[in-house]
Amino acid sequence: MQEIFGVPAPLLFGQLLIGLINGSFYALLSLGLAVIFGVLNIINFAHGALYMMGAFVAWLLLNYLGIGYWPGLILAPLIVGAVGIVIERAMLSHLYDLDHLYGLLLTFGLALIIEGTFINFYGVSGQPYAPPEILNGGYNLGFMFLPKYRAWVIVASLAVCLGTWLLIERTRLGAYLRAAVERPDLVRAFGINVPLMMTLTYGFAVGLAGFAGILAAPVYTVSPIMGQNLIIVVFAIVVIGGLGSILGSIVTGLGIGLIEGLTRTFYPEASSTVVFVIMAIVLILRPNGLFGRPRE
Amino acid sequence: MSDGTPILEVENLHAWYGESHILHGIDFSVHEGEVVSLLGRNGAGKTTTLRAIMGLVGRREGSIRLNGEETIGLKPDKIARRGIAYCPEERGIFASLTVKENLLLPPQVQEGGLPLEEIYELFPNLKERLSGASGTRLSGGEQQMLAIGRILRTGARLLLLDEPTEGLAPVIVQQIGRSVRRLQELGFTILLVEQNFHFAARLADRHYIVEHGHVVDNYKRADIKERMDELNELLGV
Repeated sequence: MQEIFGVPAPLLFGQLLIGLINGSFYALLSLGLAVIFGVLNIINFAHGALYMMGAFVAWLLLNYLGIGYWPGLILAPLIVGAVGIVIERAMLSHLYDLDHLYGLLLTFGLALIIEGTFINFYGVSGQPYAPPEILNGGYNLGFMFLPKYRAWVIVASLAVCLGTWLLIERTRLGAYLRAAVERPDLVRAFGINVPLMMTLTYGFAVGLAGFAGILAAPVYTVSPIMGQNLIIVVFAIVVIGGLGSILGSIVTGLGIGLIEGLTRTFYPEASSTVVFVIMAIVLILRPNGLFGRPRE
Repeated sequence: MSDGTPILEVENLHAWYGESHILHGIDFSVHEGEVVSLLGRNGAGKTTTLRAIMGLVGRREGSIRLNGEETIGLKPDKIARRGIAYCPEERGIFASLTVKENLLLPPQVQEGGLPLEEIYELFPNLKERLSGASGTRLSGGEQQMLAIGRILRTGARLLLLDEPTEGLAPVIVQQIGRSVRRLQELGFTILLVEQNFHFAARLADRHYIVEHGHVVDNYKRADIKERMDELNELLGV
């Protein structure tokens, strides 16, 4: 069997694939967090819970209404996005002029409430969610076996991340968002309804978390604590990429996934801490993150 | 010009930033086609007056009528859509946007905005600097031209210009002055806040002197020569 640095090739590529899958989820989630922080100035601790909600909505749609994966892929983000819009209007919109800490505390409390509610009804053990039939099986690439569903997750995540990046960096709406990050008062004075834009941005960003949730449902089990396990790593990724940096969150999310995969292969003991070591190094060398700019 | 219908009427305007009461009952009016200046020392309340007209202060009371319609209870975006545009003191060029994105950012709020070619005629430097670089890479004068140029596209006919000459070289100040005069010829109404009295004196049809959040006096352009001593005392020029 072919070996690379003393490691069997299928094992190495298998770990890299797992890293890429994790990286895809990291990218989707950190992208949403970066958008929310950039535009609303809120550290959204509820992001992991809303990701979990996306997976649960898909599971509930399937088990109670018979609505399968493909319609769920549209409906789950929309439902989670709508929940986000209610959260923003009812609660977050009152905190924009206050210190970051208030937003963090509120969203942390929301995360506990959302997760606690799902735990109360469904317990902490995972619920199975099968991938759609068309994505069963896989491809034998010679050096490794690539499950179809995992390939789909990578492609779908990258497409959504790229689409979001293009939306923000290359469209007029994105220009409004970027301008509103710097001077929301001035953008309002140009005739743009900034509060509405912020509400929709939060809805969109948590909709992305919902999208990541349904993508993750067939890969991991659907569990109320699935977001908890991920959110701390995702926050570290946002910090490494640069708070509020869209491109930084996407590139860093995928990169950290791959680095975790490599670490799991060569030095498994460090696989769950490597992201925090990288964060510490980046914060020492580049306090604004790899792609971040100093905030005025 | 001041005999026509007032496009902007401000009556007994009070404004607060937090607990600080900044404006204590400002009164003035601007008629269609006029250039009117608010003059006063630093901290007199001139910038706050413009921000209060745009709805950008924490709390305001009194009356602000645009074309006869009350706007005191409206949000800034709704006020802007009534045909008023604001160019802030510090220019408000967005660092994360390119020069072109900055120029094209404000949406059209009414018919009748200037086409880009006409804006480039007013500010030829802008056309030459339409690169992919950030708007904040421009010189101070070019940033000021960009800040004024971008609000001309919106269709707003009333322009609020806050200290457009601040920190600029004399040659650029002259260019901005020519542009303001040209805008008046094109039918724009301009409310100008200035510390540079000599700049404002040449351009404005009427002047209001603001002190401690009040309008304490007003002058027509023709009065300035004979009342220069009073003005010197009020403005410390």
